[in-house]
Amino acid sequence: MWFENTVKNMNNTKHSAAYTPHDASSREESTMQRVNVGLARRYRRERLFRYCGLGAIIASIGFLLLLFISITANGWTAFIQTEILLDIKFSAEHFDVDNLSAANYGALVKSSMRQLFPDVKNRREKRKLYKLVSSGAVYRLQKMVMKDTGIIGTTQAVWLPADDEVDMFAKGRVDRDLAENNRRLNDKQIHWIDTLSATGRLKKKFNTTFFTAGDSREPELAGIRGATAGSLFTLAVTLFLSFPIGVATAVYLEEFAPKNKWTDLVEVNINNLAAVPSIVFGLLGLAFFLNILGMPRSAPLVGGLVLTLMTLPTIIIASRASLKSVPPSIKEAALGVGASKMQAITHHILPLALPGMMTGTIIGMAQALGETAPLLMIGMVAFIVDVPGSVTDPATVLPVQIYLWADSPERAFVERTSAAIMVLLAFLISMNAIAVFLRRKFERRW
Amino acid sequence: MVTMAAPAATARTARTDNKVDREDRSTVGHQFVDNARMTCRDVNVYYGEKHAIKNVSIDVGRNEVLAMIGPSGCGKSTFLRCLNRMNDTVDTCRVYGEIRLDELDIYDKSVDVVPLRAQVGMVFQKPNPFPKSIYENVAYGPKIHGLSANRTELDHIVESSLKKAGLWTEVNDRLDQPGTGLSGGQQQRLCIARAIAVRPEVILMDEPCSALDPIATATVEDLIAELQEQYTIVIVTHNMQQAARVSQRTAYFHLGDLIEVGKTDRVFTNPRHKLTEDYITGRFG
Ligand SMILES: Nc1ncnc2c1ncn2[C@@H]1O[C@H](COP(=O)(O)OP(=O)(O)OP(=O)(O)O)[C@@H](O)[C@H]1O
Ligand SMILES: [Mg+2]
Repeated sequence: MWFENTVKNMNNTKHSAAYTPHDASSREESTMQRVNVGLARRYRRERLFRYCGLGAIIASIGFLLLLFISITANGWTAFIQTEILLDIKFSAEHFDVDNLSAANYGALVKSSMRQLFPDVKNRREKRKLYKLVSSGAVYRLQKMVMKDTGIIGTTQAVWLPADDEVDMFAKGRVDRDLAENNRRLNDKQIHWIDTLSATGRLKKKFNTTFFTAGDSREPELAGIRGATAGSLFTLAVTLFLSFPIGVATAVYLEEFAPKNKWTDLVEVNINNLAAVPSIVFGLLGLAFFLNILGMPRSAPLVGGLVLTLMTLPTIIIASRASLKSVPPSIKEAALGVGASKMQAITHHILPLALPGMMTGTIIGMAQALGETAPLLMIGMVAFIVDVPGSVTDPATVLPVQIYLWADSPERAFVERTSAAIMVLLAFLISMNAIAVFLRRKFERRW
Repeated sequence: MVTMAAPAATARTARTDNKVDREDRSTVGHQFVDNARMTCRDVNVYYGEKHAIKNVSIDVGRNEVLAMIGPSGCGKSTFLRCLNRMNDTVDTCRVYGEIRLDELDIYDKSVDVVPLRAQVGMVFQKPNPFPKSIYENVAYGPKIHGLSANRTELDHIVESSLKKAGLWTEVNDRLDQPGTGLSGGQQQRLCIARAIAVRPEVILMDEPCSALDPIATATVEDLIAELQEQYTIVIVTHNMQQAARVSQRTAYFHLGDLIEVGKTDRVFTNPRHKLTEDYITGRFG
């Protein structure tokens, strides 16, 4: 055989001294020797590749850890809020029974502060003193009275949120050794704070406001509920539109569309769309949905539409790939027993492709959840205090909220920014967990 | 090595006999029968530029088993797949000519492939069970065609189909297990059961026994003999003993050409074409 001859010739040139023709054992030996020489090199390459892969994984885990640690270190304090215990005297003269909300709750807080520090007489100092309590304290009192009018006429010990500067100081984020005019709190205020905490009137409590309130100019009153609700509404719109449209498009292109120049063109353009910068979709949304169709500004509905445009290519590409990966023999089997094309697709191909489609969709959704730029263009960057109740209410979303807070000068917003990032990450992680769960559930390994 | 046949061939041409020469690619033998179930006339199949079936004309008789033999890649599967339009699923594939099932031109634009494939069933070369349970695999066809009125009837169809395919005793205690978890030979029989569960009138079998042991092969051959009483069967096989055992007529394909057709015993004992003779005497392929 020519093959053996070439091997012989090769052996002859290399090991001419050791090689004796027609001697089978020596030929075998030399083959084994060659294999062994090559073997060491092959295994070395494999080992090298394994180490490279391991190194890459360690590096990426390291960066991830760095991200998590720095964000957590910055942000965990935002889940805690300093509160001040005041004895509020709900004296009846302040309240008009028919109009409880109009009462001067600020006066109640101020008088109880004066009682705590009776030696503060100067008007300017008094103002400094009042500043220790958050301006949001009045809403808490108002709520208390509205809930139970029975407390009018009594004196109650009430925990009220401290001002963000006090909060920062209590959390040790303000250096008390700094020169007085370099801090937002003066020496007097620090002295009062020390007195309060010495008498047990200063306490750090879990910050429920952060999860129940919308945005606010005051860090201690600001929360992510509005942004979270906005994100959820936006994502709901996106999912509701992009999943069915994306899957239908993929199925049509993969199973029904004739393969010709036009479908090639469509395919190229879908791939192009996936690479278009997201802000372009925002501009499109602004021009089309807002200006031409006259849809409401800042609404999750429009945000969802824009993000649908953005995620559709991702979903279509992933869905097509997973449709392609279904073995054609399955389809033939179905067609062979007389299933119609649609039956073959819905009974056999789609169930097998669904896990891959869902993975693509979740990746698209995760992208959409973290998207900021296109939403800025359609006005979802506005300062919105109210928590949106529907897809047409003005809203903002988590990443935009992060952007807004990161842009705010107050120190207390720094930790809230990090905390919001933590919440966003938690969302992403749970979405991915859901993706894994769904995939496990629907995946049939047989 | 395919080229090995060449020297032997030149040696044999010197002998003078009445066999058709190797270079002649027109069909010899009895291509046509009276009262045929399927008639194929001048069928040409192309995969893109590749001419896979060249001018094939042949009839498949009623209640007949037609065996198709030939070297690998000669177009047996391609031709078989034309008979129930399975080639429609291959984008590059174009079929020319006329194929009739009784009087119906199956490549006519007005023909619905769904009832056609219910009528002309197929067992594929590679076992391709659905990634579903054994029960669902067999029940799928009857279900989509509405062949059973209720669950008991369906159970009955599943059981009798599996019995006919010789698989029942092996799987009757695990019908809810995945069909893909069976061994290769079991999967092949599962696919046979799935095809006959629809009770097609013509059954196309592409090497149904290629992965089966002699016992299972015997079961399938018995099944073919039994089915033949009611149905028409076209079977592709590489096993010439099997072709001789189960079929009445045999067709020999060579590189896309239909070389010879005839009564099975005649083709095997007295082939008229040199290529056929080379193949069945083991000088080719
Ligand atoms: N989908 C396809 N696309 C392109 N060419 C194809 C395709 N299917 C088959 N062919 C070609 O058509 C020819 C006939 O193939 P076919 O599968 O019909 O052979 P066969 O006789 O069934 O062989 P085997 O006995 O190995 O199954 C081969 O040359 C093959 O390469
Ligand atoms: Mg084949």
